[in-house]
Amino acid sequence: MNAGKLKDGRRRSPFSIAVMTVLAVLWTVPTLGLLVTSFRSRDDAASSGWWTAVINPFGTGWTSENYVNVLEGADMSSGLLNSLVVAIPATIIPIMFASFAAYAFTFMTFPLKDLLFITIVIVLVIPIQVAFAPMLDLLGPNGLGISGQFIAVWLLHTGFGMPLAIYTLRNYMSTLPLSVVESAKVDGCTHYQTFWRLVAPMALPAMAAFATLQFLWVWNDLLIAKLFLTQGNTTIIVQLQQLLGTQGQGAEFLTAGAFLSIIVPMAVFLFLQRYFVRGLTSGAVKG
Amino acid sequence: MSTTAPPEVDEPTVDSSEPSPQDPAAGTQPVKIAIGVVGMVLTMWLMANSFLAFAYYPQWFGNRIFIGLLALVVGVGGAAVLFFFLNQFVEGLPRRLSEGLIPYAFLLPGFSLVVLVLIYPTIQTIHYSFANANSTEYVGLENYRTIFGDDQFWLAITNNVLWIMVVPAITVAFGVVVAVLADKLSATGEKAAKGFIFLPMAISFVGASAIWGLVYAFNPAGQAQTGLLNAVFTALGGEPQAWLNISTGRLNSLLLMVILIWLQVGFAMILLSSAIKGVPEDTVEAARIDGASEVQIFWRVTVPQIKTTIITVFITVLILVMKVFDIVYVLTNGRFRTEVIANLFFKEIFANGQAGQAAAIVVILLVAIIPILIYQVKSFREQDLAR
Repeated sequence: MNAGKLKDGRRRSPFSIAVMTVLAVLWTVPTLGLLVTSFRSRDDAASSGWWTAVINPFGTGWTSENYVNVLEGADMSSGLLNSLVVAIPATIIPIMFASFAAYAFTFMTFPLKDLLFITIVIVLVIPIQVAFAPMLDLLGPNGLGISGQFIAVWLLHTGFGMPLAIYTLRNYMSTLPLSVVESAKVDGCTHYQTFWRLVAPMALPAMAAFATLQFLWVWNDLLIAKLFLTQGNTTIIVQLQQLLGTQGQGAEFLTAGAFLSIIVPMAVFLFLQRYFVRGLTSGAVKG
Repeated sequence: MSTTAPPEVDEPTVDSSEPSPQDPAAGTQPVKIAIGVVGMVLTMWLMANSFLAFAYYPQWFGNRIFIGLLALVVGVGGAAVLFFFLNQFVEGLPRRLSEGLIPYAFLLPGFSLVVLVLIYPTIQTIHYSFANANSTEYVGLENYRTIFGDDQFWLAITNNVLWIMVVPAITVAFGVVVAVLADKLSATGEKAAKGFIFLPMAISFVGASAIWGLVYAFNPAGQAQTGLLNAVFTALGGEPQAWLNISTGRLNSLLLMVILIWLQVGFAMILLSSAIKGVPEDTVEAARIDGASEVQIFWRVTVPQIKTTIITVFITVLILVMKVFDIVYVLTNGRFRTEVIANLFFKEIFANGQAGQAAAIVVILLVAIIPILIYQVKSFREQDLAR
């Protein structure tokens, strides 16, 4: 009687268990293959499939040499560092600008409010490809001359992230109790004070949610980093793309490099998962 | 514009009718205005100069970690200080004027950035699409004529249509299946299963391409197969195949789509799962009492109630698919008939130096996105009014 039921009294569903197990395995195997291959010597990886190393762990040459080589030889240690230098400011700076805008959209009335917010909804879906040629002109040597430096990428990511940041934060703020803001006003608080003392602290979960999304997006971005950073400043994702382009030579770099590029966002993702899920569900579903 | 004022708008007006110690017309504080203006100018000057210094003289700052930290301080701190002075300035103005201006002051910095990197470039791109290869002279509709006469363009369009038909639908289908089945597991089982499926969401398109490049790897017959797909295929008695070179039935494009689906199902699952958990238990229970099967309950009770979420997920993935670039660029670069619009754009602008034609391709992408855009705005308005 008890065997067929879950703790909460629902019936155990063998079909669900079977299908979900298969799917979980299917979804994990490709990444597992990369991880295993990255620890195999070049000759072993070229002469047998990674699964043979899993089946017979003592029959293959395990090595961490690929990681040493890729960090030093392919200079991915500097790519990793560059990625962090690009991603952290580009994640945090937009939140500041977006919070004030979201506050205005949530707690203030003004002419053109609807039109301006609809502008945000519209730019949310504009493909970033529109920006490349004009921004390369503007930031490049004939314009400001900052293309290639971190500032160019910070600026672009801050701008590209802005619509989503305003949208997510505004949606979250509109769920906050209006009475709190009203009573602050009665107490003589200005909007600026209300923002800092009440709304910003209460909106922290939404900020964390946006930050997770934005960090993943900036870290994983290929195009902007590739076009707007010099080789010395470039991110690990661009380095990985360059490794993928060179067939044969450096094949052993590739798996270790790919895994290195995945670790940081995955750690951030696992660590901030709760906020991420909340951000997605509050940002997208509520619209 | 002011036709659809949401209900919440009454709130500040209530406040202004509150007894105020100050006469609304008076209350001008020239000192505050002066401090505000000087402060804003100074802050912007300092921010601009320090950021330019990071770009022009990186050697001044030692290493890039230090630059990154400084940028964080200047960016976040500068923004806070800027808003402070902006607020001082607006508060110093006569009360009525100040009430009216504060919202715009709060919006200004964020909107300036949006205008700079999204709205201005959109207009400029449309403009460039009527100009020549290095955007120095107008050529009328020449660029459009050229790309419409280009086989690669039509190949890219058909491939994009294929991506659009396959990826969003399958992603949503998988997402629904996973969400429904995971809901029937024990709490621990659900958490674990979901964890495995949404982990790929953290992986970049490039990283995913590396992972799947390994799965699709090909070694000539006679050698050991190191690619999982070929290993399975040869074990079943097939000849090893260079999968990504096979354009018959667009097989290679479909294999590239698998990568995107693999990445996106986790996202679909998260949203759909939370929607399914929001379906009231009594509606399901009532159907069960009426003798409905689980399948009937799913189609007649659950699906109608999560329709909005299904559409949201579908559209999000759809927008992503229309701009799909990284996977194709990295794995095939459009060879073997796998070309897509975003990759063609990249080739035209950077490999071929055809800025005009590249701009025209983006304009076509923009036009293709317009229906989605209209839908988004419409549904936003509906939801906002319902709020």
